[in-house]
Amino acid sequence: MDAFAIFIQAMNGIQYGLLLFLVASGLTLIFGIMGVINIAHGSFYMIGAYLAWSLMGWLENFWFGLFVGVAAAFLLGLVLEWMFIRFLYDRDHLQQVLVTYGLILIFSELRSVIWGDDVHSVAIPALLDGSIQLTENLAYPIYRLWLSGVCVVIAILMYFGIQHTRLGMMIRAGESDREMTKALGINIGLVYRFIFALGVSLAAFSGMISAPISSVFPGMGSQVLIVSFVVVVIGGLGSIKGAMVAALLVGLIDTFGKVMSLDIFGINIFPEMAGMSIFALMALILIFRPQGIFGKEY
Amino acid sequence: MRAILRKLFFGLIFLALLLLPFWGDRFYIQFASKILIMIVFVSSLNLLVGFTGLVSLGHAAFFGFSGYVLALLSPVDSAMNFFVALLASILCTGVLGVIFGALVLRTKGIFFIMSTLALGEMLFYFLHDTDLAGGSDGMYINSRPDVSFFDWWQLDLANVVHFYYLALITAVIVLIVIRAIIHSPFGRVLAGICVNEHRTKALGYNTYKFKLVCFVIASMIAAVSGFLSAVQFGVVNPEMVGWHVSGHALMMVILGGKGAILGPVIGTTTLMLVEEGFQMVTKHWQLLTGVAIVLVALFFPHGLVGFKFFKKGS
Repeated sequence: MDAFAIFIQAMNGIQYGLLLFLVASGLTLIFGIMGVINIAHGSFYMIGAYLAWSLMGWLENFWFGLFVGVAAAFLLGLVLEWMFIRFLYDRDHLQQVLVTYGLILIFSELRSVIWGDDVHSVAIPALLDGSIQLTENLAYPIYRLWLSGVCVVIAILMYFGIQHTRLGMMIRAGESDREMTKALGINIGLVYRFIFALGVSLAAFSGMISAPISSVFPGMGSQVLIVSFVVVVIGGLGSIKGAMVAALLVGLIDTFGKVMSLDIFGINIFPEMAGMSIFALMALILIFRPQGIFGKEY
Repeated sequence: MRAILRKLFFGLIFLALLLLPFWGDRFYIQFASKILIMIVFVSSLNLLVGFTGLVSLGHAAFFGFSGYVLALLSPVDSAMNFFVALLASILCTGVLGVIFGALVLRTKGIFFIMSTLALGEMLFYFLHDTDLAGGSDGMYINSRPDVSFFDWWQLDLANVVHFYYLALITAVIVLIVIRAIIHSPFGRVLAGICVNEHRTKALGYNTYKFKLVCFVIASMIAAVSGFLSAVQFGVVNPEMVGWHVSGHALMMVILGGKGAILGPVIGTTTLMLVEEGFQMVTKHWQLLTGVAIVLVALFFPHGLVGFKFFKKGS
């Protein structure tokens, strides 16, 4: 690989990592603040992608579709929290896993009823449909650049929102002592509902903006869920900073694993084994730092 | 009175199970064998979830891996000795259990759930993406292992009735073994870990070692079920290690009631029968299963053994 090819792969890796961060940060927010493990998180990503596909078809406008999709996902999050999740705060993880596992089955079957089981693709919006010429035969698509930029902006907004706003203060207070926050007259149930809906919209938004660069297919939810679990285990649960570092690490390793070729004892271990590389990283983290890179000791 | 009724009830059920092949249709005998195999698998998961408090979402890895060991070991043209093949599958899966367990047991709670799921899926992608064992199509086991014991008794595993009895005997043995484990001093320590790990540690037990041994035992029992399942269908595929198998098994543990030896028996039978019913009603039966799972987890967290009838009368 020459320098430009490495540069392009690094950009792809960072872009994938940033997208993973959006998904994983929703997961880590919901767990870190509400103490709920939500394994249906991948389903929201999948729903987002399918929403993108049908909304772009109906509205014929990417930006309007994006807006409507995120609003719908936020609403879905509010309803789900009200119907199921709010009963889980005082339950053990096993029940949380089961309820959200049931939700996965429901959503994947509803998807099959509403959208069918076909693979679809979403067109890149005209405004961003182009690429920057790097050398004579290497170019980088503008859409991927835009996607990375959006992820960075959201990460900054999230950091600012949690650290420097009144709502963020309530969220942090609820995280450290739920009863005390309640006693101070803050409607913590409402704050939780908002957080959950935010997590759902983050996942759905990631699915929507990634739809144009990857295909929209039934199994995309569980795939992204597994990778975000790996990200969360590596980064440390409840840590947004950890999620960022781990997501970038996983994105880069996965991307380079897929384009590298390495022979060990005459057996070509890449790219077929590339899927394994992020799990190997996770295993290393479990051996040397089981609480994750930025996780607190427990 | 309730104790007598209870004994009578289970005795009748066991009698019915023994006699089932005499009037059952071929399809139902096969389905019953499937349930019995699943009971073995779910019981092994219950050892982790119910008796030790380790919620694993990657237990299917051992179920499928064991089947793959059989598929890879079986010669193409001749049958392998059943006992040799079974032992090999259990031992290989046990080694995988040591590796996975040593890694995931370094974490606790929600991290444990996530890392078991991730390692299980790693195995899925490994089997799915590499050509080592047939890739996404899986592998056929051309000749089923040959059950003969120094030529004096023989079972034909392709015969559904023979296979049914094999599954029934295995399930009974596994339940007895699990009961023995739970009531042994080792099982008492596991119960201590389940209730309060810190306190058990303070009593001087190396809880990591106890959990690891329990994890390996559970993986080896899961290997027995995976082996039988591979023998029954003569085929293995990556879906066997997928996390939906683990999720369903977890559901069966809860539905029956975790931490009860008969819990998996009741939970597995109920869910599999109910799902079979759902499949007759609609193509989108998973939707109904999902709703059932959500409702059970929300409203019946203690499972069916929570009902008085199944409890030991005082």
